[in-house]
Amino acid sequence: MIYRRRASPLHSARAGAGCAYCLALAIATLTLSNPIALAAMVLGVLGAGVAAGVGRQLGRAALLGLPVVAAIVLINVLVSHDGLTVIARLGDLPILGHTDITLEATVYGAILGLRAVALILCGILYTLAVDPDEVLRLFRRVSFRSALSATLATRMVPILIRDGRRLAEAQRCRPGPPPSRLTLMRVACTGVLDRALDVAAALEVRGYGVARRPPAYRPPYSRHDLEFLVAAVAIIAVAIAGRVTGWASFIAYPSVHAAGWSALGVAVGLVAVAWLPFADRRGLRR
Amino acid sequence: MSAISLEGVTYTYPGATAPALIDVNLEIAPGELVVVAGGSGSGKSTLLRAISGLVPHFHGGTFAGRVIVAGMDTRRHGPGELAQSVGTLFQDPETQVVTGTVRAELAFGLENRGRTPAAVARGVEETALALAIDHLLDRSTAELSGGELQRTALGAALAGVPEIVVLDEPTSQLDPVAGDELIGLLHRANEDSDATIVLAEHRLERCLGAADRVLALHRGRIVCDASPPEFLRWAAREAPNLQTPGAKLLSCLGIAPVAGVKRARAALRGRGLLPERAADGEAAIGPAGGAADAAGRRRGRRSRSGGGSTPALAFDRVWHELRSGPAILRDVSLSLARGERVALMGRNGAGKSTLLRHAAGLLTPTRGTVTRSGRVALLLQNPTDYLVHEHVADEAPGVALAAVGLHDEAFARRHPRELSGGEKQRLALAVVLGDLADPPAAICLDEPTRGMDRDHKQALAVLLGGLDAAVVVATHDPEFAAAFADRVILLADGAPIADGAIAEVLAGGSYFATETARILGGAGGALTPADGVALIAARFAPVAAMP
Repeated sequence: MIYRRRASPLHSARAGAGCAYCLALAIATLTLSNPIALAAMVLGVLGAGVAAGVGRQLGRAALLGLPVVAAIVLINVLVSHDGLTVIARLGDLPILGHTDITLEATVYGAILGLRAVALILCGILYTLAVDPDEVLRLFRRVSFRSALSATLATRMVPILIRDGRRLAEAQRCRPGPPPSRLTLMRVACTGVLDRALDVAAALEVRGYGVARRPPAYRPPYSRHDLEFLVAAVAIIAVAIAGRVTGWASFIAYPSVHAAGWSALGVAVGLVAVAWLPFADRRGLRR
Repeated sequence: MSAISLEGVTYTYPGATAPALIDVNLEIAPGELVVVAGGSGSGKSTLLRAISGLVPHFHGGTFAGRVIVAGMDTRRHGPGELAQSVGTLFQDPETQVVTGTVRAELAFGLENRGRTPAAVARGVEETALALAIDHLLDRSTAELSGGELQRTALGAALAGVPEIVVLDEPTSQLDPVAGDELIGLLHRANEDSDATIVLAEHRLERCLGAADRVLALHRGRIVCDASPPEFLRWAAREAPNLQTPGAKLLSCLGIAPVAGVKRARAALRGRGLLPERAADGEAAIGPAGGAADAAGRRRGRRSRSGGGSTPALAFDRVWHELRSGPAILRDVSLSLARGERVALMGRNGAGKSTLLRHAAGLLTPTRGTVTRSGRVALLLQNPTDYLVHEHVADEAPGVALAAVGLHDEAFARRHPRELSGGEKQRLALAVVLGDLADPPAAICLDEPTRGMDRDHKQALAVLLGGLDAAVVVATHDPEFAAAFADRVILLADGAPIADGAIAEVLAGGSYFATETARILGGAGGALTPADGVALIAARFAPVAAMP
């Protein structure tokens, strides 16, 4: 799961615009709680991924996110004792005590899960469609530490994929029963720490920390840059409007209340502004 | 003013009981090409890290003394500031590539130095052309092979030709052709732009010819600081494991050792032990090829139980074709008998690793068949990937640990990560050997000598020699191949182009040949200094004598 240049509007936009767009999608996801609006966010990000040529990877990630949703729902229904509509009485359980499962806790767990999936998809869209090298350049004069963290995060993905493949291959060469998953997980985690240190050292000796300011070179904003920047602003505006006006309101406890038609309007607005920049396919960079 | 100056540097890594560098004093003048020699754990990498500023800024620990690099005191200037003047390449290229494409990687350091876009573009193009990676410029760094990655990381260190270049085993993953090209490139950078180059390397025969000066380290101390010929004379007396094969050949013949094939030939000619033209070597000393004495000796040194019995491993017209790419293996047919020792050689990307993966059944041929008479043990390039337990004793059965010499109680309770590189290699070998009640029919090793010093290579050759199976080793190191193998298969573009007795294959070429063979022009199939001395002694008995 690494960035590859493709002929799509998002890939053609500068990294700053791409970052702003993905960040706006994430902010909107965090701002909204209405299930219709959150479903629209998931749909919006998946649609953006398809339009950017990375739909298959995003789809796979969405499927992998389903267990996350299930886990969040399960934890919430067991831990949260709020809500008026009891749908199951489990009685006294060890550690948890008296446990009633409520409709409200189940719905709220599902909302949290949906939000988590939407956020994961935003992150994956960023990884697949925003050039990490440009991001590295963008941040090196802003904040070394945050840029270093971002670089480590993006650089570590391909390195860890390689490490994982090598580790799996080596274990296939091992005669007898394979080591337990827990053992392999521990080895992989130790490897991650070692790798992170190595990459950080490499960045240091390449002069990243004290990069000299390069001569001023400001390429003009392309139509795609502008369109994604405008879309980013619009997405945040629609999300905030939905929340402030109550058009996309949602209350889970003590009983579920959610805006209906107005939330659908907000959802349609979100999907439209998220997809609109992809309509312009002129001047795509390959 | 010195380009690099170290005054009384003593450094101990955090948690270490002994210092890695002890009272190191050193002055390197601008434009010098310095080779750092020494065994594993001698302090070579730490010295380079001190020059690049990572010691102590990045690693911490206890640091005493002073290091001045390009006029900057490393106590006050960190690695980032030093990077304005110093290009650095460390051992593992995979962790040194920080961007997504080769072009961005080459540009990264130049941009950090504040070069103009035009200067960055020119620096990228020139470096890519010099390292022959111009066709990779727009490739993703995640898709590169080990050799390509090493050249990319090297290009990133050399881009724009910094004032000082520090390289830690830059040829460890390169084939002999690329390794020689790289040393040539460094020599040229040194001559053209007066760059100061500090290079740590185990395969000294590759780089001594280009060096102005050699530093030898032992247990953190500089034990020799001399010109290459003086270093070789010192090594003959004090550190035979640091001698190059050519120097060992000359020393054994009582001739003062010199660096480089050309000078060694001249020294032999000066004594009348080699004809004027290399091509005449066969006529004057002995023929190359199967009939030669040395070749015969080498074939006879191990019993081979091949012949008519079932082969331990056989490839029958094996192809490996990528779905949307070139064929990695092309119509490979090979047969290996139990007890055979085979060196698999070839350039980076020739298909060596893929062939070994097919041998072990990790890959399935797209056409053809692989037949195994039993289990095939495969040790891939990174031994650490095999080590997953907390204690050495938990990693492999006792009998396998005994087979690799790690059965000692002192090893049993140690954590595998605490072992040295050579010990990790042996432990990983024990892991793939497994329970010797079901011994493998064939054992395949992929580049097991990467980053190993001569002592460890010799120990590995002895260890492999004692295993009762067909042993196949993919290697770029002709000296190691000569030490352990009796057959060489040379792969090119996915197909074997030479397959024969080691003396026939390794004595005849230029790149895939040992230094002794290159010096003697392939005469008599002599591959090692001992072979060379025996050959010359047989022809010129009064002159040469094997000590």
